Amino acid sequence: MSLKKYILDLRKRREKVQQGGGEKAIKKQVAMGKMTARERIKALLDQDSFTEYDLFVEHEARDFGMDKKELHGDGVIIGTGTIYGAPVCIFAQDFTVAGGSLGLMHARKITKIMDHALKMRVPLIGINDSGGARIQEGVNSLAGYGEIFYRNTIASGVIPQISVILGPCAGGAVYSPALTDFVFTVDKISKMFITGPNVIKTVLGEEISMEDLGGARVHAEITGNAHFFANSEAECFEQIKKLMTFIPWNNQEKAKAFPPKPPKFKTPVEDIIPADPREPYDVRDIIKAIVDDSDFFEIQELFAANIVIGFGRMNGQTVGFVANQPLVLAGVLDCDSSDKAARFIRFCDAFNIPIITLEDMPGYLPGIDQEHAGVIRHGAKVLYAYSEATVPKITVILRKAYGGGYIAMNSRHLHADFAFAWPTAEIAVMGPEGAANIIFKKEIEEADDPDAMRQLKVKEYKEKFANPYVAAAKGYIDSVIEPSETRQMLLHALEISGSKVDHRPQKKHGIPPF
Amino acid sequence: MNDDKQELVDFQILSLKYKTKLTRKYKERKKYRPKNPKEVRSVIPGTITGINVKNGQKVKGGEVLLQLEAMKMVNNIHMPFDGVIKNVYVKVGQKIPKDYLMVELE
Repeated sequence: MSLKKYILDLRKRREKVQQGGGEKAIKKQVAMGKMTARERIKALLDQDSFTEYDLFVEHEARDFGMDKKELHGDGVIIGTGTIYGAPVCIFAQDFTVAGGSLGLMHARKITKIMDHALKMRVPLIGINDSGGARIQEGVNSLAGYGEIFYRNTIASGVIPQISVILGPCAGGAVYSPALTDFVFTVDKISKMFITGPNVIKTVLGEEISMEDLGGARVHAEITGNAHFFANSEAECFEQIKKLMTFIPWNNQEKAKAFPPKPPKFKTPVEDIIPADPREPYDVRDIIKAIVDDSDFFEIQELFAANIVIGFGRMNGQTVGFVANQPLVLAGVLDCDSSDKAARFIRFCDAFNIPIITLEDMPGYLPGIDQEHAGVIRHGAKVLYAYSEATVPKITVILRKAYGGGYIAMNSRHLHADFAFAWPTAEIAVMGPEGAANIIFKKEIEEADDPDAMRQLKVKEYKEKFANPYVAAAKGYIDSVIEPSETRQMLLHALEISGSKVDHRPQKKHGIPPF
Repeated sequence: MNDDKQELVDFQILSLKYKTKLTRKYKERKKYRPKNPKEVRSVIPGTITGINVKNGQKVKGGEVLLQLEAMKMVNNIHMPFDGVIKNVYVKVGQKIPKDYLMVELE
């Protein structure tokens, strides 16, 4: 007897399940401008690399007529594949099957692939497109979310976790992405919120569109929940693929090295920065003038743009950049920029990525709103993250380094491995004007012409203290360097710190000012 | 992605004025308003389910002015000090947002 019958039967079963929610539901999905879950996986992974598991899983719900309902794959696809040859575990919620709603078996499929990712030490990618909890399954559905959050937390810092929001992601469901390392969104497609516009209107009487409440732009620019913003799903997948080239598979490995390339950017770095510390420039131009191939991959470009974070390569090795951005809010540290930088530093530290800090900042942002928003505890996160990090940490002070900001931005005092400064650096307890006003208060007040005296004293202070040499004289700065030497100094510093060992006292975990 | 056309503005930090751009979030931030002790405002959005006082009524500190149902809980709103009700701005059944002026005192 031939096996053909069985094989044909298997194929028929596969085909049926792979249709997801069927033609009508797929048409609806396409009409919303969205790809299907299967198309998404195909577009993201290397060609023919996807292997699916749990295709034939069925739900166990019996109440509310669910026993008569067949939900293909229980609304989620799980499997493994590769991106540029690197292995990944992936799940994609299928909105065409019961709105991608999360029931017990749906959650079990997700936790199965999460367990797999953690055990195999490979990155996890989750594509979210779901109406939320499957109400008919009641508390089982909540249990499912909880099991997912638990695994997100346990895997945190062990394997990179990526969330892709390609549809609604509402209520409790938002907390899985929030626990992961990178959240990708697409304009007009991604929607994330705890309570939707309808509930807000009925309960509170406040009216807002879904887009303005929790669209991709809001999360990329205002809330900081999203790390990447794209105009299309195709662009989003390109961003994910590019990110994958910069990060390692797990916390025991380093990111893949690429062939070294000189920067493409030909403007001499010293021509980018105005000498007057009050004049702005785009710090990303400095990064581009330093990194291999001038290829800087920025993260959270729109959120708290007063600090710039992202990946680049130095001699082919991945490096994380943290840079004050004088172009936006003068590059101050505030609640949001502190959060943004601290989280990125912790990611780099967890995944063996050296950190280069470029500093040009006037300090923490003054103001009632900042004080009341908790700039003290948020700002403390930066101190914590830098101090805690044991990866190579290198700082270059480009221009201003005033007050608390100087300490916070990976100073020698937080145990930076190397601290360099350009000759334009002003390392001081505060700006020259402020300092002169306090130190020479009496002289200025008692002078015949207080304004002239103030100018004179500011000038004196500037000449004496607003430079890198006072700090260099104490050994707080290792080297005052010419701007054109920056790349070479950094390359050398990275080479020297390639086998860095920095032990910390045994503890269960620290208690960062969350 | 940044708003490249945005003009540079003067931005004062301590004693120095910097030329820079502002973020949307910074521009849209709420201005601080000192608390007025004579205003009883909602700390949570919800529905007014009961009112115990009238305009002109003398009320002792700690007495219940009204009930505000929010997040499936009925919250008693208390009189902060001994005083007189100047004006009640809400009705039973009214849905109010956060920071809504409910009662003014004298």
